[in-house]
Amino acid sequence: MNQSFVLPNSGHTFDPKSSKLGMWLFLYTEILLFGGLFLVYMVYRSLNPDAFLLASFKLNVWMGTVNTIILLTSSMTVAMSITALQKGDKKMAMNLLWLTLLAALAFLVIKYFEWGAKFEHGYFPGMDHYDAMPVGEKLYFYLYFFMTGLHGLHVIVGGIFIWVVIAKIKSGKVHKDRISLHENAGLYWHLVDLIWIYLFPLFYLIH
Amino acid sequence: MTAAALPENNFFNAKKGIMSWLFTLDHKRIGLLYLYAILSFFLVGVVLGFLMRLELLNPGQDIMKPHTYNQVFTLHGVIMIFLFIIPSIPAIFGNFFLPLHLGTDDVAFPKLNLLSFWLYVLGALFALATLVFGDGPADTGWTFYAPYSVKTGTNVTMSVLAAFILGFSSILTGLNFIVTIHRLRTPGMGFNQMPLFAWSLYATSWIQLLATPVVGITLLMIIAERVFGIGLFDPSIGGDPILYQHLFWIYSHPAVYIMALPAMGLVSEIIPTFAQRTIFGYKAIAYSSMAIAFVGYFVWGHHMFTSGMSGTAGFIFSILTFFVAIPTSVKVFNWVATLYKGSINIEIPLLYMMAFIFNFLIGGLTGLANAALAADVHLHDTYFVVGHFHYVMFGGTGFAMFGALHYWFPKIWGRMYNKARANVAFALLFFGFNMLYFPMLILGIMGMPRRYYDYLPEFHGLNQIATVGSWILVSGLILMLANLLIGLKKGKIASANPWNGITLEWQTSSPPPLHNFDKLPELNEGGPYNYPDAKKA
Ligand code: HEM
Ligand SMILES: [Cu+2]
Repeated sequence: MNQSFVLPNSGHTFDPKSSKLGMWLFLYTEILLFGGLFLVYMVYRSLNPDAFLLASFKLNVWMGTVNTIILLTSSMTVAMSITALQKGDKKMAMNLLWLTLLAALAFLVIKYFEWGAKFEHGYFPGMDHYDAMPVGEKLYFYLYFFMTGLHGLHVIVGGIFIWVVIAKIKSGKVHKDRISLHENAGLYWHLVDLIWIYLFPLFYLIH
Repeated sequence: MTAAALPENNFFNAKKGIMSWLFTLDHKRIGLLYLYAILSFFLVGVVLGFLMRLELLNPGQDIMKPHTYNQVFTLHGVIMIFLFIIPSIPAIFGNFFLPLHLGTDDVAFPKLNLLSFWLYVLGALFALATLVFGDGPADTGWTFYAPYSVKTGTNVTMSVLAAFILGFSSILTGLNFIVTIHRLRTPGMGFNQMPLFAWSLYATSWIQLLATPVVGITLLMIIAERVFGIGLFDPSIGGDPILYQHLFWIYSHPAVYIMALPAMGLVSEIIPTFAQRTIFGYKAIAYSSMAIAFVGYFVWGHHMFTSGMSGTAGFIFSILTFFVAIPTSVKVFNWVATLYKGSINIEIPLLYMMAFIFNFLIGGLTGLANAALAADVHLHDTYFVVGHFHYVMFGGTGFAMFGALHYWFPKIWGRMYNKARANVAFALLFFGFNMLYFPMLILGIMGMPRRYYDYLPEFHGLNQIATVGSWILVSGLILMLANLLIGLKKGKIASANPWNGITLEWQTSSPPPLHNFDKLPELNEGGPYNYPDAKKA
């Protein structure tokens, strides 16, 4: 048999367009995953408008705002790092990715203190203060912890993704002519940012 | 022409050892891994169904307690839905034949493919682990309706986690197929040159991709609700159980097209081969798959007519559900028209396809009865529904899958099963199936409710008929599987193209070589089913 024959459309040869398409499809599933939660939020907000408003005053708008700025900036640095690598500037690309990682870390640290304060007040489901709340506020805090928690998980995953890309740029596996992984990490990071852009006003700002 | 031996180079002997199977990246081997796993779980599900039918042979308690019965139908439902029927055709035959149909050597992401197989195994382990951990398998029904699913002591968390993981596996398969279809078609093959099976997988994959995440997050909410003891869905603390039902069916209705569309793809594939003539209305069939997938997103409310929804909403959901019947009938008419004046060759795969059309017709028409608002108020949660969905899922998709197994058996293993025995098995299956489920439709109209271990004495006769039917059905199943197993070891060597099929998989040897094609496959002039010397109608 002719072992060396490879089809022109082989699934075993790397195809950057496939990889990009796959990533986009995956992002759709992520959006729908959060979409279910946004739907639940919408329903309960419309059923308990006053309670949601009251509960939202218990959040720290400042911390939320700082985190929003941090994430937006990190989206910029990740985009810049892709451009840098496309131009062949490996050093710059890696530095920008490190900056992105730093931002992810800063986001998580702030989130940690924010959640910590809520725990201290006993707002977490099952704690004394939570149990004393009216139903609407309970739903609010339940959704708050669920949605920002799931988002936080995505920040961690996105961070790991970026870290892998840094390692691969370093070892030369990701470079100017083979940049898909880097671009995909960027896409994923933009998604993490995008979801936060919706979470922030929904929980902190709407009055 | 019968070759004396299997081809020397085939994907079975390309690599050796158990590891070369467990960690294979070859789409054919992954398809077979799925086949063995899925059939095993199917058999577990069948045993559970068989036991339920035994319990229902006579009124009153026979072999299991009411609580046990609740757990058995739940586990049966979970296994049959999440472990058998949803993955079945795409994961087995999609994996094996999509790349062959497109004239390529694998799916777009072979490693992701292996990952989704292992996720399937992990999910299956969780589902089975409910048997031994905690208070046993869930007793909620496969729908996990809140608030009961939040309150029961049985092992709902683990079952739900299983469904979540299986959903992930299903998403990855869908994603892989979409990219494969977009990127890996052989040079010159446009979308409208693809076999219809590929089209149906394409539509299915979009549903897997866009509907599964919604049920994923809903199931996570159930878990969170159980673990933290607070309620999104429990009305006693402000939650809304109807909201759960909406979220659940937003996925689970489209999911029934994950079950049905690939089966329709198989029918469109197999009928032209045994009529030896081109499919009637290629584009109508291809696009009606997409239409079904699309409309399917907007009809979920028909599961909730009696749960409390406004008259207007009920009316709209009812009308939209009727719309699904249109693209579905388009397909049925096209299949029949394909057979008309074809040179029909009645072989076992064709018999299964005819059974599909017959059973699916009953399943589809009873579906319309459920979709009609007034009728459904009476029929909801009766045995009519149980009859209806078994007709669609088992009589339809299940039979199509068995047919595909007989159709592609010589391609996969290079051997042929005993046809006489296969005929007997088919007859038993078809007869047993209808004897088992048709009485359920009548019982439902008479008012027998589903999900009970017991029934009123006036339902006795028909229940006995159904249970006897289950015995015939199961003997048919055993005969079919035994026959295939024997064929696999001892069957006569088959030629590369025993049915005179015309799609690309028949251009390569049986079993195919590791990389599928030794030379670029040749596209068929004028469409994938264009038989050169077919009789002109
Ligand atoms: C030998 C084959 C089978 C038998 C004897 C059987 C029998 C039954 C019975 C007796 C019930 C319970 C009815 C009730 O009490 O409400 C049931 C439920 C069900 N069956 Fe089957 N069945 C078989 C095969 C299948 C197959 C192949 C599928 C799917 C492809 C399937 C899917 C289901 C589902 C989804 C339920 C509903 C479970 C629930 O209520 O939560 N069954 N079946
Ligand atoms: Cu439905």
